[in-house]
Amino acid sequence: MAIAGAAFGALPEICATTGGDLPNTTGEPGNVVLPSILDPHSPPARLIRELSWLVLGICAGLFVLVEGMIFYGVVKYRRRRDDKTKDEPRQVYGSNPVEIAWTIIPLLIVFVLTLTTVRTIRSIELTQPPADALHVVAIGHQWWWEYRYPDPDGTGGEVIVANEMHVPVNRPVWVRLESADVIHSWWVPALTGKTDLLPNHTNHTWFNAENEGIYLGQCAEYCGNQHAGMLLRVVATQPEEFDAWLRAQAAPTVHDTTVAEGREIFQEFACSNCHTVKGVSDGQFAPDLTHLMSRQTIASGVAPLDAATLKAWIADPQILKPGCNMPSLQLDPQELDAVTSYLLTLR
Amino acid sequence: MTTVPAPIHSTSDPRMGLGERLHGWAVSVDHKRLGIMYIAAGLIFFVIAGLEATLMRLQLIAPLNDVLTPQGFNQMFTMHGTTMVFLVGMPVLLGFGNYLIPLMIGARDMAFPRLNAFGLWLFVFGGILLYYSWIGGDGLYGLGGAPDTGWFAYSPLTSKAFSVGHATDYWILGIMVSGFGSMTTAINFIATILCMRCPGMTMMRMPLFVWLMLTVAILVLVALPVLTGAQVMLLLDRFLGAHFFDPQQEGSVILWQHLFWFFGHPEVYILVLPAFGFISEIIPVFSRKVIFGYPLMVAATVSIAFISLGVWAHHMFVIGMPPWLNSLFAASTFLIAVPTGMKMFNWIGTMWGGRIRFDTPMLFATGFLVMFLFGGLTGIMLAVVPFDWQLSDSYFVVGHFHYVLFGGTILAVFAAIFYWFPKAFGRMLSEPMGQWTFWLLMIGLTLVFLPMHMSGILGMPRRVYTYQPGRGFEIWNLISTIGVPFQIAAVLLLVINVVKSLKSGRVAGPDPWDAWTLEWETASPPPSENFRKIPTCTSARPLWDRKHPEDPDSNYE
Repeated sequence: MAIAGAAFGALPEICATTGGDLPNTTGEPGNVVLPSILDPHSPPARLIRELSWLVLGICAGLFVLVEGMIFYGVVKYRRRRDDKTKDEPRQVYGSNPVEIAWTIIPLLIVFVLTLTTVRTIRSIELTQPPADALHVVAIGHQWWWEYRYPDPDGTGGEVIVANEMHVPVNRPVWVRLESADVIHSWWVPALTGKTDLLPNHTNHTWFNAENEGIYLGQCAEYCGNQHAGMLLRVVATQPEEFDAWLRAQAAPTVHDTTVAEGREIFQEFACSNCHTVKGVSDGQFAPDLTHLMSRQTIASGVAPLDAATLKAWIADPQILKPGCNMPSLQLDPQELDAVTSYLLTLR
Repeated sequence: MTTVPAPIHSTSDPRMGLGERLHGWAVSVDHKRLGIMYIAAGLIFFVIAGLEATLMRLQLIAPLNDVLTPQGFNQMFTMHGTTMVFLVGMPVLLGFGNYLIPLMIGARDMAFPRLNAFGLWLFVFGGILLYYSWIGGDGLYGLGGAPDTGWFAYSPLTSKAFSVGHATDYWILGIMVSGFGSMTTAINFIATILCMRCPGMTMMRMPLFVWLMLTVAILVLVALPVLTGAQVMLLLDRFLGAHFFDPQQEGSVILWQHLFWFFGHPEVYILVLPAFGFISEIIPVFSRKVIFGYPLMVAATVSIAFISLGVWAHHMFVIGMPPWLNSLFAASTFLIAVPTGMKMFNWIGTMWGGRIRFDTPMLFATGFLVMFLFGGLTGIMLAVVPFDWQLSDSYFVVGHFHYVLFGGTILAVFAAIFYWFPKAFGRMLSEPMGQWTFWLLMIGLTLVFLPMHMSGILGMPRRVYTYQPGRGFEIWNLISTIGVPFQIAAVLLLVINVVKSLKSGRVAGPDPWDAWTLEWETASPPPSENFRKIPTCTSARPLWDRKHPEDPDSNYE
């Protein structure tokens, strides 16, 4: 076992150049919604927080009561230093009324908790998509996310993107969850609780983002080496902005002749075995790169996406995200420059 | 009363050489020696698992840290969890059962002494096999590596496709072997408790610890074979191309979870019920009162065990079960709080009106009440399904079950060590050092595990080797790691205390705590065969009856 190694290897240096945190497109610091369950921006998350306050209240009450009894008992009935009596205190073998009371009262509390829980389960766990919902398919991979938007323009096509899910605000989103390999879990706390993505099995979740923003989360089911590097981003924008984004994603790739060399390298080397660039390659194993540069991050959110990071990533992904499934292709500096320039044109 | 014997373990002769003495231990079938060896081996693994935890906390002290590689971290949490559950919790608790059950029920030994030795050595061998994976784990290819798929070993991450090399095979075989050991021990407990009680000891006069161990033994026999079966299925998948858990071949990844948690949830109670037993013995003695509501305590024990077999799917609230199934498992999980609450109240009821002496065992027992309550209540919160949708597999859960297993079981084990050490070795542990151990441990526990609830609420998943800056996790992780040295100091202090006391501790005598159960009637340490004459029992507190002939317990039965 090698103890010394890099964790998100080069990231600290890269973060230092971008102000220490991941970038957001608008530049407003308040626009990033942290993954706290205390800051809900969607009905399921809000229902859960309400229920949490209730349960926390009940449990805190019990906590204070019982700890209070313990401390009172400890202080009141402790043996004082000057107590030299040899007599034993009065022996109490039990008391039916008392014992019945502390059986019945917890039973009542349990009954109340069960009813509230069942009610909230019923209002969150939908079996049918809400009316007018946007349908998205989320597929978990080791260690990145694939999102598919069926039928973006009414012609039966499909938009495929990676790692950043875009949604319109104030419209329910019905997410079909699948896995390509092992079990993952989709968790954006500000939007909704987590649901697992299971191989050979389909799950659903839903949310309705009420505010614009970038909602952060990450995979919550241990899925192997880079589980920690499987971050989630949901970008909620105004409907017009979302529609424009979806149209742009559905558009064909622009062929820039100035980077033909880079494109050839991309096709000749193993890149094209795993990555799709529409009209250039059709690999299925790794993220679709057709509109790569429309994204904010690389490697499922572990680093901001800019020319320098992109180049570092292609040179050796194992430094940035050790254990990930992308190999270093040992390109020489000239090839590296060419491929990077090519990828930078995929807008 | 008998005279105080020389404070050396009665069956070792000081004139023997070290080799002879070690040999004597290795071939022993005496339940007392086996119990001590069980506990000692468990404590060695406790130190190893503690070191693994320390490395993890160092890695997480700051975001984007690089003390460990991702794979190294994943191996650490897998080995830490596996070791703590299978090589620390079970053996230490079974070791106490081994040591105490025959003494408490007035028997000369366990029902099957050789089977007993077999169980111990299977456990030791299983542990060594698991740790051998550091050498043999990756087979011919590399330097080896420990399993890195988590102690829960979810499919399909443990299938041949995603877990290459032999690390997972060592995990399966190591646990299977030590599991066989636990099963033989459980059989032995049941036979001993049912058949070998001394004259007068009816079932309803057994010490509560014996009741709890009987329940635990039954749970072990019901739950552990299910894990073994699942592990056999996984081995068939890995070696012979069966596909019980292979989704590509219509196998089910959920099947593993059902089988695993059908074992895994009762396992939590296997780890915590013996702790209830320790507490139920210690609180009455130091409060100078009979246990409050003995029959209810027995009933609560049995119902906890029974209900614990029907709640396993609360570990699976996020796999997309239908609402009615989620509701059912939430309800059954809530229900388990009722008998657990009864126990809590009965312990407090026992302290009520007493004259409580705060010697170290009682300090730890009180610490147990305070900490375990917290873990129990966060457990109720996690049974609220929607709350669990947010916080399962987050650090909130890590905080929760460490409050149960560290704040509960481990504190109770410390209480038990301080309480029964004089019986086993004839010498007292140092009181001042014991008190220091207690406070260091309480501070360490709170610093390490309380902040985890916060990092969970702020969205930090468990089993991540690092985390991004700026998400609000930093401060809580920093505090957690700062607590680690306190725990290390507490454990070191205990070790020093034990070593010093073995050499020069105050001689204990047969009954240093003025207690009431039968183990305090014989010499400390007890001679081989335990009692010069098999004792008799007239109530649940035979020694009370002898000390208070004017008002014996038997009047109140």
